[in-house]
Amino acid sequence: MSANDILMPLIGGALIGLAALVLLAMNGRVMGVSGIWSGLIRLSDGLAWRLAFVAGTITAPILLAASGRPGQVQIDTAMPVFLIAGLLVGLGTAIGSGCTSGHGICGVSRLSPRSIVATCVFMSIGIATVFVIRHVI
Amino acid sequence: MMIIGAAFAGLLLGAGLTLSGMVNPAIVLGFLDFAGVWNPALLLVMAGALAVSLPGYWLLQGRKPLFAEKQFIPTRRDIDAPLVVGSTVFGLGWGLAGICPGPALTMFGINPLMAFIFVFAMTVGMMLSRFVEPWLRGTGIPD
Repeated sequence: MSANDILMPLIGGALIGLAALVLLAMNGRVMGVSGIWSGLIRLSDGLAWRLAFVAGTITAPILLAASGRPGQVQIDTAMPVFLIAGLLVGLGTAIGSGCTSGHGICGVSRLSPRSIVATCVFMSIGIATVFVIRHVI
Repeated sequence: MMIIGAAFAGLLLGAGLTLSGMVNPAIVLGFLDFAGVWNPALLLVMAGALAVSLPGYWLLQGRKPLFAEKQFIPTRRDIDAPLVVGSTVFGLGWGLAGICPGPALTMFGINPLMAFIFVFAMTVGMMLSRFVEPWLRGTGIPD
């Protein structure tokens, strides 16, 4: 591992934490991406700020690529599994009212018992799923 | 003004996910693979994020937001069946493809076709939750 392998995840992580603080300090909202997106598709309150948030999220990697720091996306999952994965992520975050950002970062930062439980559950199930796919099947 | 705060937060999130590598499913799956060649990168991402958001959330506690009248913070503290079952289903999907909602949206700026396919499936899943949730609440799993 090089210094960059340690530094970039830390810096990127700090930016994610800062994003959560900006949304709370300016708009008073929790940065839960699944909630922001599902609010958008259900056409609930605050359409404009939800759309602006999503637009910012999508624009960032484009600006980074233009300044010589392109993001990498490597997908090795077969299409049927990829589709099922998307379906489960949508279903699960809607039922469990949150994802990695809402529960894992904002919820844990508030020391919310619900979010701490949710984060432990999806982390361990994610690890178990990868174990079964890569080392059992 | 809410639009400015949200766009700024979105830009920071997208930049953080891209620079940290969390937008890359291969890196996420490498982190979740404890029995293989484990890639600790995402642990550093979580540590970096919480190092900022934990003290920040504590400092901002109860403060009036710049562009809103009050904070909209979830108040529930009970652990119920939908929370646990939903997080289990989410973890399963996350482990299958290595993509969660934040990186799925950010991916639109890198690989729009795959991002579209994933977000489409994710949106269908969110809509299906309307049918699953009432059923889940009626299973008799104690709240």
